[in-house]
Amino acid sequence: MMTDLYQSQRAMRQMRRQAMQRGVVAILDVGSSKIACLVLRFDGTGRLSEDNSIGSLAGQTGFRVIGAATTRSRGVQFGEVTAMQETERAIRTALQAAQKMADIRVDHVIASFSGANPRSYGLDAQVDLEGQVVSEAEVGRVLNACDVPDYGAGREVLHAQPVNFALDNRSGLIDPRGQMGQSLAVDMHMLTVDAVAIQNIVRCIKRCDLELAGIANSAYVSGISALVEDEQELGAACIDMGGGTTSVSIFMKKHMIYADCVRMGGDHVTADISMGLGVPAAVAERIKTFNGGVHATGADDRDLIDIGGDTGDWEHDRRTVSRAELIGIMRPRVEEILEEVRVRLDAAGFEHMPSQQIVLTGGGSQIMGLDGLATRILGQRVRLGRPLRVHGLPQSATGPGFSSAVGLSLFAAHPQDEWWDFEIPVDTYAARPFKRAMRWFRDNW
Amino acid sequence: MQPLRATRAPVIHRSKPLAGPDADFASGDRHEAEPKLRLRGAKLFGRKSQRFDPAPSRMSYRLQRWMLTPGVRRGLKVGLPIAAVCAAIGLYFSAEDRREAVVAYVSDIKTSIQQRPEFMVNLMAIDGAGTNLSEDIREVVPLDFPMSSWDLDVEQIRDTITGLDPVKSATVRVRPGGVLQVDVVERKPVIVWRTRSGIELLDETGAHVERIASRKDHSQLPLIAGKGADAYVGEALQLVTTARSLGTRVRGLVRIGERRWDLVLDRGQRIMLPTEKPVRALERVLAVNEVQDLLERDVAVVDMRLGQRPTIRMTKAASEDWWNTKVTVGNGQ
Repeated sequence: MMTDLYQSQRAMRQMRRQAMQRGVVAILDVGSSKIACLVLRFDGTGRLSEDNSIGSLAGQTGFRVIGAATTRSRGVQFGEVTAMQETERAIRTALQAAQKMADIRVDHVIASFSGANPRSYGLDAQVDLEGQVVSEAEVGRVLNACDVPDYGAGREVLHAQPVNFALDNRSGLIDPRGQMGQSLAVDMHMLTVDAVAIQNIVRCIKRCDLELAGIANSAYVSGISALVEDEQELGAACIDMGGGTTSVSIFMKKHMIYADCVRMGGDHVTADISMGLGVPAAVAERIKTFNGGVHATGADDRDLIDIGGDTGDWEHDRRTVSRAELIGIMRPRVEEILEEVRVRLDAAGFEHMPSQQIVLTGGGSQIMGLDGLATRILGQRVRLGRPLRVHGLPQSATGPGFSSAVGLSLFAAHPQDEWWDFEIPVDTYAARPFKRAMRWFRDNW
Repeated sequence: MQPLRATRAPVIHRSKPLAGPDADFASGDRHEAEPKLRLRGAKLFGRKSQRFDPAPSRMSYRLQRWMLTPGVRRGLKVGLPIAAVCAAIGLYFSAEDRREAVVAYVSDIKTSIQQRPEFMVNLMAIDGAGTNLSEDIREVVPLDFPMSSWDLDVEQIRDTITGLDPVKSATVRVRPGGVLQVDVVERKPVIVWRTRSGIELLDETGAHVERIASRKDHSQLPLIAGKGADAYVGEALQLVTTARSLGTRVRGLVRIGERRWDLVLDRGQRIMLPTEKPVRALERVLAVNEVQDLLERDVAVVDMRLGQRPTIRMTKAASEDWWNTKVTVGNGQ
């Protein structure tokens, strides 16, 4: 089971390397409300921008967005694929539009999704070094020595990142390779998700004639792009309020140490408005976007919003609602979402972190007055985050709704070391060669 | 601001907003961007109703990806037109009569250009050749003027002229003004060679120049005779030069046995020269002649064939005379 995962993740890494060589890769953020597709071109080393000013990340990123398209998501609920044909169509739509804009064919895709019940585990292990120096093989050995908890059948490991190394009594090492010591200890963060969700996404992408070159949790990738570097270093939580889910990820020392997701998002707010006012979902979405808010003032009672309608019934079509009423519908739901987030953060022990910065991002974070409400519920240090600026990203795609797509681009350019980037020690392999051969036969015939 | 309509159409995020009709089309407001030219019945084939699904079908998605592949695009952009042109040309020329028509047309144009007065050659001018030779040249190069310079094979004409015996070298070129200029360097006869079949003139290399009827016409040239003499004309000339002190007494040189020379003088005298270094041998004879007037005496043959033992044969009369002479030496014998 473990070896299977190890192999498939390694295969994806291999695919990513191929995509890098070809220089073009597509980024696919499969969300509940929209599917965003960016086409990236890798041109080796990062260059300075044309006007000699140093670009974002000091020109270190080495890639450029050459195609960007979004489409309304279909067949995705709570960040999971529920109708595969529909999702496949939506992916095709977005990808075709982005390809058309980029004017190049893309064969490799890196995808992210938010749902599928992510669960975080902290693992640790300690081994005595065989030699004096920590080598790559030693790191692989200590990672493999982590005792994996029983995360249940039907779950799959999505990320397994070593977040901290300790050599003898020195802790907090980022990269112990080449250092001297007697014993090596590691702390690893492992994120598992429902296997079915991954399989569905993989299948959708395969049906679009694309090769999957990597898969990531959107809580993780939006944290990469929405948190600035010192927040990632000192500790911060990124709350990505999407359409169907609200993902929470906690970063510390530039590593994700916790991720979870609340199965509520902006679509639920829209649904509340739709139900409360008796309007179609499209109208509700429009009202929420243009007039929505979470803080009512006296003026809002007099601010009447035309609901509209085209039934032909004059009375029905001329209905209005005051903004205070609208806020009265929206606020409880938003509060509920934030309370849920609070619960998740408390469960993760966020209050013990040295820095308790909270960054709200995602399309749902554009609700007016949300930061004020979040401050009351989550803590004092809340800010609204937008994704990092990357080369070539169009202005219309720089909103908070694109933070996971942009983060996925950064993830594609510079993936963090994961468990499967290190070689498994040989003895684990050699233990069951006959069994492996048998399984290969069974799989192929 | 993007339209907040519940559309499934993809939103393309561009760095620069589109302008003009593109903007109308791409704005997503499909209802406002009506086509300028509306075909009747297009609705039958086009999108059917409001349930317009912008998702590409599998086939169109694959086709578009295929078209975005660089090799395929290049093939369509370059390969396809080339193939089409080739096919068209091939199809046109597949019929025999069309091919012939084109060939005839081309040759017509070619002829009309070649027949222009600028390219015509009207006469042949021969320089450096005597009358006889000029006539010979005109005979071996039978050109009927005027003709186009494109049809002249100057190389071949030159080879033909050079192939004539009296011609040492020749240059042939077409001079401006429509003149075929032939510059000939004639072979100069330096020696007369008498054989059983007739009398010939040879140049200094031994090459045949001309056959003549009579020796009288070229009495100033030295005479050689004998089989294979023409191959050693240089040596013969050296000998003649050496023997010039004998003046008019020299009748000629005879090649004996394709091997050596005899210098024939008048009164039937003959100097037999060796195969090796005949000039030295002749010089010895001339030196003796200078001192002793050897050749003025009744000597029939001076035999220099053996260098260590030069021999003299007297004439018959002289020998008999010598037999009858009492030679009185001091001791009375």
